[in-house]
Parts: sequence; structure tokens; C-alpha cells
Amino acid sequence: MAIPKVIGIETEYGIMVRGAAEWNPISASSTLINAYSRSLNQDSTNAVAWDFVDESPANDARQSAPLRAAQAPIVETHLVNAVLTNGARYYVDHAHPEMSTPECRDALSAVVYDRAGELILIDSMNAATQQSLTGETFVVYKDNSDRKGNAYGTHENYLLDRALPFSDVVRVATAHFISRQVFTGSGKVGSEQPGNTAKGIYQLTQRADHFEEPVGLETTLKRPIVNTRDEPHADARRYRRQHVIVGDANMCQVATFLKVGTTAIVFAMAEDGLLDGVEAIREPVVTLQAVSRSLALDAVIELQSGKTTTALGLQWDLLEKAQMWSDQYGLESVGETSGKLVLERWEQTLSALESDPTSLVGQIDWVTKKYLLEGYMERHGCDWSDPRVAALDLQYHDLRPDKCLALKANPEVLVDDATLELAKVNPPEDTRAFFRGEVLKRFSSQVVAANWDSIVFDTGEESLQRVPMMDPTKGTKSMVGALLDEVNSASELVARLSN
Amino acid sequence: MAEREQKSKSSKANEAKEEIEELPGASEEGEALKAELDDLLDEIDDVLETNAEEFVKGYVQKGGQ
Repeated sequence: MAIPKVIGIETEYGIMVRGAAEWNPISASSTLINAYSRSLNQDSTNAVAWDFVDESPANDARQSAPLRAAQAPIVETHLVNAVLTNGARYYVDHAHPEMSTPECRDALSAVVYDRAGELILIDSMNAATQQSLTGETFVVYKDNSDRKGNAYGTHENYLLDRALPFSDVVRVATAHFISRQVFTGSGKVGSEQPGNTAKGIYQLTQRADHFEEPVGLETTLKRPIVNTRDEPHADARRYRRQHVIVGDANMCQVATFLKVGTTAIVFAMAEDGLLDGVEAIREPVVTLQAVSRSLALDAVIELQSGKTTTALGLQWDLLEKAQMWSDQYGLESVGETSGKLVLERWEQTLSALESDPTSLVGQIDWVTKKYLLEGYMERHGCDWSDPRVAALDLQYHDLRPDKCLALKANPEVLVDDATLELAKVNPPEDTRAFFRGEVLKRFSSQVVAANWDSIVFDTGEESLQRVPMMDPTKGTKSMVGALLDEVNSASELVARLSN
Repeated sequence: MAEREQKSKSSKANEAKEEIEELPGASEEGEALKAELDDLLDEIDDVLETNAEEFVKGYVQKGGQ
């Protein structure tokens, strides 16, 4: 049986400081996060630090793959790095503010924490702007490129069973990642493909131009469609964490929901052995880019057997298998309620993409942006190469509510505001993030450091106490909620846990 | 290529829409949608950065992951 598909989303945001003669993105990102900490009456230098002891981004899932040290991803330890009480990690990565959601048990929960992350970034922008002594305005964009060839990522993570052969992951993930672009794309004006920087075009995704390899370990250069980083942040004998770097940041909640919901189902089906019939794709990189550029959604995809199909063809096939899988195996691994909704919305979305894509305005980002920009172009008699259209393409992702173009389209919401306000400070109750977040809320003065799979306490004894959390499905409210309520200090908690 | 096909498809869609719009009720819906888009475009005109070209040029990010 498929194992629970624990999900996380990491978003690197674009950042601008307006009203400053000169500014540096690394210090601007630090200022942003420090301003947020201060607005919570908590200095980030006193806040709980990230613990890097278990970071190993250079491990490769292809055991035989050669690894040159110069290519190995670098763990940055010197930048601002905070752990939030909702279980998220909020930090500076590669000159961007980055929010990593806590571990979520299903796609709906991932939408809640992705959106709560946006709200925290909005609070941070406001705090940094208010605290600026020189009248600077901090602006954050939830996008993936500056349209000048510089890309930054929105990564997804899925808990996989170590028993699933990695070659199966590659075959199945490639088919899904290439074809899901029809609903995951955030839309982009222009091209950033090296040697082909056309201006007057529109394409489905922001990221496709930046991919050069079918499979690999990199995330910043020669980006691969399937990333092989083998860093489970969990018991490596049982688990793998599939790190997905090929997706776009979504403004529409429905798009985020479908992106992670369908992908979790695809991996669960692979674990249950139902996707042996999914064929490998010839020339994956060229095909990824062709699909992104086909607004008619009819780019030809050539399969290993020589048969041809389209992105929608592949998606209908995966959906059909998912419906059969759901009947046969149930939806426990992806969460019953959320999984059922994913299947419904997946089918509705594919039908609408075929018959009337405009009906997806407010649900799918590339459709929404295209609708707004085409309306604008018609009114002003201009085309895709107009600088005003390029500006609106960027403003679609501006997180300031009064400037955000995506918000103007009145996007469908899947989660209410009250839930989101709570999610800014409270962790999900059904993964180990609950333990991390609740410990920080209750005993932060006795927590020295925390990371995905452990918490280090200073209980006043001679040595620090590390509590490992090697299973992302443990440490939930039902497992440790009562215990946390019973203890009055971290020392008591550690003592009870070691018994 | 894809662009051209898209255009031919949407002109077909427009033809279909014109036929539908002759039916009572459907034209009201079409008018409502158009008014909604008009309001939206008014808002977009207000929201657009004052110097679009400079803004686009100045939007430079360092590469990340």
C-alpha cells in the first residue's frame, strides 16, 4: 500500500526595495525577516535557530551517479534563518526570502500553509517598510523569474516509500511534470531560453525555459526535470523525499491544490504499482518547453514506443488510472476529503481546458493572466511586446493587496480567512510539524535549535538534549497532544519522552 | 504556430458566441461579463506601475534554485 503522502512547498520570493538608491537583495531579505520577527516582539537573533547537522543536499538518489564536489549544492549557514511556531522555516536563500511550509498531510493543508506563508510575507513587507528609517518600500513577488534569464524556485516535496525503484520515479514523474504544466503554469510574457529570447510571445509556465537536463542533482545550474537530491529528512531506510523543482509558484489556490494534489496521487499510484504502463517520454527537455509554448495545448509528445500524444492526452490517462486506483485502494494515502476533491477538480479542469479555458479564470494562473492581459491589449491596442504588458505580467505576482493583479480577478478561495489567520501561528495537527510548532510555542526559551527531523533542548543539564523526529507521520496532535498538555517544562517533556 | 491556431480557434469561438448571443438571456450574460471585464480593466489601468518600462527594466533578481 502507498504510504502517507506528506507534502511541503518551498517558495523563493522575488524582492525589490523601492525608494533606495542602492540595495542588496541578501540584506533586504534579512531585513524583511528580521522586521517580521521584531513585529512579533521577538528578535530573530534570540529566535530559535535552524540546526544544520542533518543537511545533506549532495546525496544523489542514483547511487552510482558520479558527484563532483564543485557541483554539490551548498548549505548556507550564515544567513537569517528562523523556525516559526506554525512549523515553517523562514529564511534567506540565494538572495531571496524563502518560506518552507511545515509538513502537510494533504493537498488542502498544503494550500492553507502556502497561503499562510504569503500572508506572513505580506506582514513582513509591511513591517520592514514601517521600520525603514529612510522611507524605503519593501515589495515581494511570488513568481519564478525576472524575465531576464534569472530564475528562482518553488519546490515541492513528497514523502515516498524507499521501496519504490528510483527508475520508476523518473519515468512517471517526467510524464506528469511535462503534462501537468497545462494547469500548473503561472504564465509568462516572453522567453528566457538561452539563444531564444523572443519578446512578443506568451507561454504557460515561467520555469520551463530554465531546464536543461532530464535527470540530475542540480537546482541552480543545468536544472533537471527530475531532481535526484536524496535527503529524506527522515528515516532513510524507509523513506525518500522527492524534491520537485520544475513547478511554478501559483497565485490561484486551485492551481496550487491541483499541482500538489495530482502529484501526490501520481506518486501514490506508482507505489501501488499501477503506473507500470506509463511510458517514458522521448526528448523530455524539448518536450517540456514545447508544451509550455503551446497555448492551443496541442504540442506533440513522442513516447518511447513511437506513439504520440499531447499533454491533455497524458493527463486524461493519469486521471483515468487515478479514478481506478481510488476505487481499488481508497484515498487514505492522500487524505480522504482532499483526495476526493482533487479527483473532482482534476476532471473538471481537464474538461474545461479542452472546451472553454476562459471558464478557469480565477482557478488556473496562466489562463487568468492571459485573460487579463488580452483584455488590456484589446483596450489599448497593443501586443505582447508592449512594456505595459510586461509590467502587468510582473504585477500579477506582486503580493501587495492593492497592487496584485491576480487578486483583481477575484480568484476562487478554497480556505477561509479565519483558518489562514490560525495557520500563521499554529502548526498542522496531523504531521510531526505539530510537535515542532507546539514545542516552540510552549518552551521556546529552552529550545536551542530545530530542523525538519529533530529538536535540540537546553534543559539546564550538562549536555544538550536532542529529540529526533525521524518519522514525518509521528508527533501528531493525537500522538503527543495530551503529553504536551501534561508537562510544564521542556525538561519534563524530555524526561517523559525518554521513558 | 500555436499562436495562429489559438487565434483561429478563438475566432471560431467568437462565431459560436455570436450565434448564442441571439438567444434571449444569453446576451444579458454576455453583457454582464463584458461589463465585469471593463471594470476590471479600469482597475488595472489604476494599478499599472507609473513608468512601466523603467519598472520592468529595474526588476532584476539574482538567480536562485
